[in-house]
Amino acid sequence: MHINPSVITSNAGPILDGLGITVFTWTAGIAIGIALGFFIAVLQIFCGRVVRGALRVYIEIIRGTPFLLQLFLLYYGGPSFGLRLEPMTAGILGLGLYGSAYFAEIFRAGFLSVPSGQLEAADVLGMARWQMILRIQVPQMLVIIVPALVNLIIVLSKETAVLSIVTVPELTFVLTAIGSASFAFVETLLTLCLCYLALVELTARAGRWMESRVGRFMIR
Amino acid sequence: MSGLTTFVQSMPLLAHAAISTIWISLLSLFIGFFIGTGVCAARLSRHAVLRWIGGVYVGVFRGVPMLVQLLVAYYCLPFIGINVPPLVAAVGTASLCTASYIAEIMRGGFLGIPAGQLEAARVLGMSWFDMLVRIQVPQALRLTLPALVNEMILLLKASSLISVVGVEELTRTAQNVAASTFEPLPAYLGAAVIYLCINGVLALAGQAAERRLKIA
Repeated sequence: MHINPSVITSNAGPILDGLGITVFTWTAGIAIGIALGFFIAVLQIFCGRVVRGALRVYIEIIRGTPFLLQLFLLYYGGPSFGLRLEPMTAGILGLGLYGSAYFAEIFRAGFLSVPSGQLEAADVLGMARWQMILRIQVPQMLVIIVPALVNLIIVLSKETAVLSIVTVPELTFVLTAIGSASFAFVETLLTLCLCYLALVELTARAGRWMESRVGRFMIR
Repeated sequence: MSGLTTFVQSMPLLAHAAISTIWISLLSLFIGFFIGTGVCAARLSRHAVLRWIGGVYVGVFRGVPMLVQLLVAYYCLPFIGINVPPLVAAVGTASLCTASYIAEIMRGGFLGIPAGQLEAARVLGMSWFDMLVRIQVPQALRLTLPALVNEMILLLKASSLISVVGVEELTRTAQNVAASTFEPLPAYLGAAVIYLCINGVLALAGQAAERRLKIA
């Protein structure tokens, strides 16, 4: 066996495009996931038992089924109820919905971590519920939940590889296609591994920086 | 209502495939537990080289998506002369992947035991083995049980990726049903219901075990 790096260098353009799509689907998925997850967590605070129960069911369904299966349901099952999506749209939406359930749980834990005495004090001072959330709960809970958020963001970066199965032209899709065409599986898959390792390492470093930044006002 | 018919008719087939999913996951968990114990021991070792090897192992297997690991096992091993059937590649990959997570969970458990207890045991003349079996393992198990159950659920869900290399498990069977009936929605919904049931049972079993192990 000998390794032939020209397979990678001669296909550098498509590989970089694939990397771009991986990063794009990942960040778009995170954005949808965080927005929806935060919304779900806030709804759980404001709403009554029925809505809370329905949201609980949503979270448990998302967390109890494989991401691959959810993608199949969205992409192949969607047309049965009139939802026709491009692979890319289905991928981003799937990633966002999948992430939202986990993000919602992290935010919920964050809201619970702020002592209720502070909320009672704010209540006495005449603060509205949403003011308490934005001014008291969110700033304090960020310090606690940033490690969990970064962890989930890293998990989602690896889930983007699954999008290749529904033909989203991201990094895994591009490199396995090059591998199949040239039989250079070792070179392409090694490159793929290195790309993901670099992506995860960079995210972890950004996370540690973020942790020190949100924690700068905290007395430890 | 042909969708409902497909859903009902494909259920026995999917339930049968779920057995493969369950035993592939259990086997991977079992093998992964032993590899994970070894990696954990390496990471907690006194020798810097072993600690480094353990760190690299965990970094690589947690830093690369399991799908990619699976593709490497399936496509790259034949190139260095190892021909593995898809099932072996699948179980091997899942074991190696889950081992890296189990190693980290166990490391957390062992580090969670106060050092004073070990010092006390040493003063009492306990052997290294006695300390491990009577002090460290029982407490580490209690500390890490929720995380281990969580890892088992994650592994069961990750086993759906094995369908990519053509192993006949739950997701693959759902794909086959979808392809043969031209009705993907009921086929995948059926599989989703089965995954939910298995994970629900796992979560309940985990809670029961936690209650049993809890000491007032």
